[in-house]
Amino acid sequence: MDTSIANSNLKSEEYFINMGPQHPATHGVLRLLLTIDGEIIKKVEPDLGYIHRSIEKMCERDSYQQIVHLTDRMDYLSSHINNEAVCLTVENALQLEIPDRVKVIRTIIGELTRIASHTLWWGVMGMDVGALTTYFYGFRDRELINDIFEETCGARLTMNYNIPGGLMFDIHPNFVKRVKDFIAHFKTKLPEYDTLLSGNVIFQKRTKGVGILTKEDAISFGASGPVGRGSGYSCDVRKHHPYSALDKVSFKEILRTEGDTFARYQVRVDEMWESMSIIEQLIDNIPEGEYKVATNAVIKLPKGEFYQKVETARGELGVYVVSTGTKNPYRVKFRSPGFSNLSLLNHITVGGKIGDLVATMATLDIVVPDIDR
Amino acid sequence: MNLTLSITNNIHNWLFSIMPEGVASIAEMVLIALVYLAIFAVAGLYLVLLERKVAAWFQLRIGPNRVGYWGLLQTMADALKLVSKELTGTVKADKFLYNLAPYFVIVSSLMALSVFPFTREFQAFDINIGIFFLIAISSIGVIGILLGGWASNNKFALIGAMRSGVQTISYELSVGLSLLTMVLITGTLQLSEIVEVQKNGWLIVQGHIPAIIAFMIYMIAGTAETNRAPFDMVEAESELGAGFHTEYSGMKFAYFFLAEFINMFIIAAIATTIFFGGWLSPFGITESIPWLGVFWFIGKTFVIVFLMMWFRWTFPRLRVDQLLTLEWKYLLPLNLLNIILMALIVWLNLTIQF
Repeated sequence: MDTSIANSNLKSEEYFINMGPQHPATHGVLRLLLTIDGEIIKKVEPDLGYIHRSIEKMCERDSYQQIVHLTDRMDYLSSHINNEAVCLTVENALQLEIPDRVKVIRTIIGELTRIASHTLWWGVMGMDVGALTTYFYGFRDRELINDIFEETCGARLTMNYNIPGGLMFDIHPNFVKRVKDFIAHFKTKLPEYDTLLSGNVIFQKRTKGVGILTKEDAISFGASGPVGRGSGYSCDVRKHHPYSALDKVSFKEILRTEGDTFARYQVRVDEMWESMSIIEQLIDNIPEGEYKVATNAVIKLPKGEFYQKVETARGELGVYVVSTGTKNPYRVKFRSPGFSNLSLLNHITVGGKIGDLVATMATLDIVVPDIDR
Repeated sequence: MNLTLSITNNIHNWLFSIMPEGVASIAEMVLIALVYLAIFAVAGLYLVLLERKVAAWFQLRIGPNRVGYWGLLQTMADALKLVSKELTGTVKADKFLYNLAPYFVIVSSLMALSVFPFTREFQAFDINIGIFFLIAISSIGVIGILLGGWASNNKFALIGAMRSGVQTISYELSVGLSLLTMVLITGTLQLSEIVEVQKNGWLIVQGHIPAIIAFMIYMIAGTAETNRAPFDMVEAESELGAGFHTEYSGMKFAYFFLAEFINMFIIAAIATTIFFGGWLSPFGITESIPWLGVFWFIGKTFVIVFLMMWFRWTFPRLRVDQLLTLEWKYLLPLNLLNIILMALIVWLNLTIQF
């Protein structure tokens, strides 16, 4: 450092700035209390609670069928997978035998949801680093998936397609054809993502070596999903604890060791290829059979504690249910991936610039209702 | 004698025949100012529309198409809306500076517009230090941005304003030096004469290698000076909300917004004049009809404007330290070397002349 400046009376002062709850980069109503020295970030404190809806408490009031619908509103970009988590918990507790058809359809739609979530994330990622055009390219492909969902489930975002015991209704006759069309389409469009953003020099300069998360930190902060895998932490629930039809398919767990923003970015882009391969393996072999098994109109779980985890687009979602044997759960706790991933933010952004914070936050892929619940 | 000159001469003679000389010349100045204001407003509004259309083409959208045919009146409607909007402000803002800031920005871009030779006769004032005037005037705009960000009493605006100060001061160096590189060929700073010199070939051809390098540096630095993506650190909506004009609304915001587009037009117009022969037609194909020069000038300018829009809708934004690294570590040394190269080429008479 230049001593003449250090010895002079010039001094810089840290100041406080309020980023959010209304801010374009916080993707919803997250509030960040930033302490900044010029452009350099000294401290980041997420302030939560702006969209807290007491979903866990509401679950104690509702029956098990009703709980499923509440989970749509947590991580609304992986609504199908959230539903699946609750359904799997209930089904495991009741020890229901689920038809193979249901398992395969759940997996296909789950992977489609993952692609839809990642395309949206990709668009927003570009937008956060200043390339607005990516947003529309991401949405172009996501729309096609939403159309498929709309045809089969009747909804585009909060799908409510899973029920304890199976599916709400059978798939639409067009489903298989449209999914195949989508895969064929997306295979030509996904390389565009690389040429438009991943290969861009400015983008690489912005992301490489920024927001580095080591493997040890990833584990101790409880990071999961692409955030953990970008740091080389093998944490894919689909691989380690397969559920539904995921044990029947072969796919790679995408791991990268750099742990920086670009690694997390690349993990998600590569995951889209893997999700497509999973769908391709299953789409031609959807078994015939029932789309649900009959359950009692009032589901009563046996007394005890039940836990099920699934891999949403953001990471590991855990559902913990304590039952006293009545028609309502005694206590429900969701272990949401976004909450643990957000806790990393201060750790990996301190010392960077404001621009780095925004780029890093984009690769944590935060959905605020998932954090606040 | 051509059309524009005869019209302006007729008006000139008529004004001087009905009024005393002093009043007539003042009336003439006001008239010219009004013409330029009209150009300013129309060009600004239609550049906004063009940007929205270009953005739509890049983003698989249709763009504005409801107000007027092909959305041609959309920006007029937007302007009307902005005029009718309430002017809000922050409570503890420095009211005087806060209100003053938009005028700095808009006046500087208006003044810069006045020296361009749209065609041989269509130029408001042809001073012999044209390029210096342009560089000097265009740096006044940043004062408006700094004042606006400072006086708003908003930290996001302040960060944006400070970034703008750093950015504009740095990149002005490159803009100035790349233009001076070209002045080595022309030997004059007067814009009309610079265009005349290019009758023997556009300067980008005359100066070949160093001219192309100078043009690339000029385009990078020019984009940075207009605070547009990938150098839109000043606004950076994903980082700072809206940057320096966060607290401005209505017409005051519109001034900033219009000035940005006019500045883009100015940067493109300078490039046209210096590098691409201004109002000269390629190979002199329309030399017999001088007033067509306006169309050549505007046409070339719009090609460069389109190029800048292309940048904006394709590239991500740089980080603020990378922005400064690019300028001080790469562009500036390259620029200085380029001047030496150009000097050698001019000295050894290696320019290409037709």
